Amino acid sequence: MMTKEELKKLFSKPDWTDETIIEADKVISRIAEEYLGLSTYPNQFEIITSEQMLDAYSLIGLPISYNHWKFGKDFVMNSNQYKKGRMGLAYELVINSNPCISYNMEDNTTCLMVLVLAHAAYGHNTFFKNNYLFKQWTQADSIVDYMVFAKEFVAKCEEKYGYEEVELVLDACHALMNYGVDKYKKPRKLSPSEEGERLKKKLEDDRILLNDLWRTIPKDEKEKLKEKRFPESPEENILYFIEKNSPKLRGWQREIVRIVRKTAQYFYPQGQTKVINEGCATFTHYEIINKMFDEGYLSDGFMQEFYHNHSNVIFQPGFDSKFYSGMNPYTLGFNMFQDLKRMSLNPTKEDLEWFPKIAGKGNWVENFNYIVENFKDETFVLQYLSPKVIRDMKLFEIDDKMEANYYEVSSIHNENGYKKVRESLSQSYNRSRYVPDIQVYDVDVFGDRTLTLEHTPINKRGLDSGEVKKVLPYVEYLWGFPVRIVENGKELATTKTKTSI
Amino acid sequence: MSVNIVDRRNSTKGKSSENRQRLLKRVEGQIKKALPDIVKNTNVKDLTSSKEKVNIPIKGINEPQFTYDKDTGDKKHVHPGNKEYTEGDLIKKPKGGGKGSGQGKGSNDPATTEDEFTISISREEFLDYFFSDLELPDLVKKHLNSLVDFKQKRAGYSNYGNPSRLNITKSYKNSMARRMALGMYFDKKIKDIEDKLKGNLTDDERTILEAELDKLKKMKIGVSFMEEVDLQYNNFEQVAIPVTSAVMFCVMDVSGSMGEKEKDISKRFFMLLYMFLTKQYERIELVFIRHHTSAKEVTEEEFFNSKESGGTVVISALELMAKIIRERYSENWNIYAAQASDGDVWDRSDAEDCAKILDLDILNKVQYMIYIEICRNIEGDLWNNYKVISNKRRNFEIGKINEVSEIWKVFQDFFKKKTA
Repeated sequence: MMTKEELKKLFSKPDWTDETIIEADKVISRIAEEYLGLSTYPNQFEIITSEQMLDAYSLIGLPISYNHWKFGKDFVMNSNQYKKGRMGLAYELVINSNPCISYNMEDNTTCLMVLVLAHAAYGHNTFFKNNYLFKQWTQADSIVDYMVFAKEFVAKCEEKYGYEEVELVLDACHALMNYGVDKYKKPRKLSPSEEGERLKKKLEDDRILLNDLWRTIPKDEKEKLKEKRFPESPEENILYFIEKNSPKLRGWQREIVRIVRKTAQYFYPQGQTKVINEGCATFTHYEIINKMFDEGYLSDGFMQEFYHNHSNVIFQPGFDSKFYSGMNPYTLGFNMFQDLKRMSLNPTKEDLEWFPKIAGKGNWVENFNYIVENFKDETFVLQYLSPKVIRDMKLFEIDDKMEANYYEVSSIHNENGYKKVRESLSQSYNRSRYVPDIQVYDVDVFGDRTLTLEHTPINKRGLDSGEVKKVLPYVEYLWGFPVRIVENGKELATTKTKTSI
Repeated sequence: MSVNIVDRRNSTKGKSSENRQRLLKRVEGQIKKALPDIVKNTNVKDLTSSKEKVNIPIKGINEPQFTYDKDTGDKKHVHPGNKEYTEGDLIKKPKGGGKGSGQGKGSNDPATTEDEFTISISREEFLDYFFSDLELPDLVKKHLNSLVDFKQKRAGYSNYGNPSRLNITKSYKNSMARRMALGMYFDKKIKDIEDKLKGNLTDDERTILEAELDKLKKMKIGVSFMEEVDLQYNNFEQVAIPVTSAVMFCVMDVSGSMGEKEKDISKRFFMLLYMFLTKQYERIELVFIRHHTSAKEVTEEEFFNSKESGGTVVISALELMAKIIRERYSENWNIYAAQASDGDVWDRSDAEDCAKILDLDILNKVQYMIYIEICRNIEGDLWNNYKVISNKRRNFEIGKINEVSEIWKVFQDFFKKKTA
């Protein structure tokens, strides 16, 4: 066992070795468990080069994925940016898997390595393991195996059917990736071997059985059915609907649809938990490093470097700065968790009024873990954004009405505005703000099998018609018959008349 | 549980290379489209220097998605850093759409636009695209394997050789055999004498035999460990391998009437031809001939860089070329020639002479010859005379280039794959 003094010396060296990480991990894991009450997956801490980090970037944070030009494009674009010095690379990238894999840049200093260890290997890790969205929608135990299966399957298809064919299916699925997630149903959990069994059986079934939907039906029943719509209620998971019901797709194509859909589902929680997840990780590393300092493991020099990095991470330029590119999720999340700790220990009158169940109760650790388990960005902000954070960050709300030729400052950080700012900010994390609500509305079962999608506008926001025209042919390719999209009963576009493509 | 540290730095490099290849296939059309611009805008040295990567701008290969039209809808945004605004303040919208919805995207660099990026490809990849639809005409006419190169090949052992090729195992075996053989010879003799010594002998005889025995014993010890006859050397033989080889003649008019622009165009054309030939032949020799009133063979450096002026006598260059072919490339060479000129000739007879020497001499020996006339609108004597030859001979083509941007097209016309 190394003494505290020896460890302090070890952590003060600018260069790290495996020993540094192992020793730091011992201290951090103890603090994480005893002080913050975190429960985490075991850690796999990988050291990588900048080029490998760019690889990891392009696979959007999966250790392995099927081959596709889209990833090549992301790689080329990222590395161009990086080589021109326009983009720094993250210190770490962490994967929602069990064991929890984190990629860490080789050129991190000792301080940064300790920081990312606390941030990723404990902060993000605990979030992945405990947050309800991740528990419900992702399978950390099997994701890596599943992606290995996916990669192999796609490669086999390419061999058998030609890579152009496969690419077309993937392109089409990627265009609908945002519409490949279940928001309410519980997905079936299958191990990779079960997945293989299922696939074999399914291909066999497909061969033997004709799709029920298109079976010849006796006349009287047909008339009755005509009055019913198909699907009976709109289906929001378009890829799922296509996988199950497309009349023309072949077995392997259906399987690829499923792979893309499953990948989309895996990322579904991540898109909705940026603020709370980054906030959780940042708060975790901040608490752990400070606790290590208090216990005498870290030198003043270390802390100086740490604060420098930490404040870079939570830098939030104002709306009028040229560096402004929206709300920094690290800042917002960290500030909120910090403030919850503060009000738990040192409440003001305002806190007691706004958060009677938290303020002054002193159980901030319990509270922190409760929030990590049960909230996503939208609900986290709506429930816990305090007036103090709104004041500190000087948040204000802009009302941007389509018809008006001015923006109105509708609320600012004052008594009148707190609730409105909070609600408005919460709404901005609602998925429908960036993914339009489009669902499968109808199939013309007895006619030409046209698939009708319906867009339900929110706050009068319309669809980008150029994009719609480019996406529809992909949907038609997957469906095998014409596709149209309607909004408020009005047809926006269709692939029936070829001029619209 | 203790942390599991994995050092990945030495493994799985270039994970994205397969995906990059797919991207390249995807944008093949765009890369090909960009080629004329690259010929136009890059200078010759950059094009041909072997290490340079080639950057090709790619315009959005987009991944369509259902998205919102940014100009529609009633939106509410929350921003940080309010300094002066209070409730009810109105801010005029900037004209032309405004700032759109920067919300929710998070940390992406605003400088990253989806629409345009550059892709760097290696020189080999570049050349593949460059010449993918072109081929050398009449490649079969001459024997492709007419030129022979030699390669060293192992061929058993030899008693002579230089020390570096000494085969130790083999030599040691020989030495051991020799030592055993010689040793046995002496052993036998020694045994004979020893047997004799056991019999009844006079003192004199005994002394003689003992002396003999002593001598034999010494000789036995004296058998040397390694003799020259033991040594074996690895033997190599020269094996002939057929190699296709070519020479390219670059003939350029550097008279006063050829300005910088004209020279630049010819340079680029020559470089293209050279690059194209390098793809077909392992070895290409280059012969540079420039001429004004007289012709001279020069180095590449001089050819492209030095300035000359004066009148024009074209025949001098062709005569020199014919002479060099006779002297150095008379047999078994694939000969290519390119001549660039502004079409000026001394007088009509010069042009006629040129046509004659081509028809009677040069074109019988060269595989393919190209004549390009630069920046000339009226058809001069040289052009008219060459045209007659060009119509007559299959291995002679003429073309006109007025602008840098036309080079690629003219070049393609020369070498377009002929579908049979």
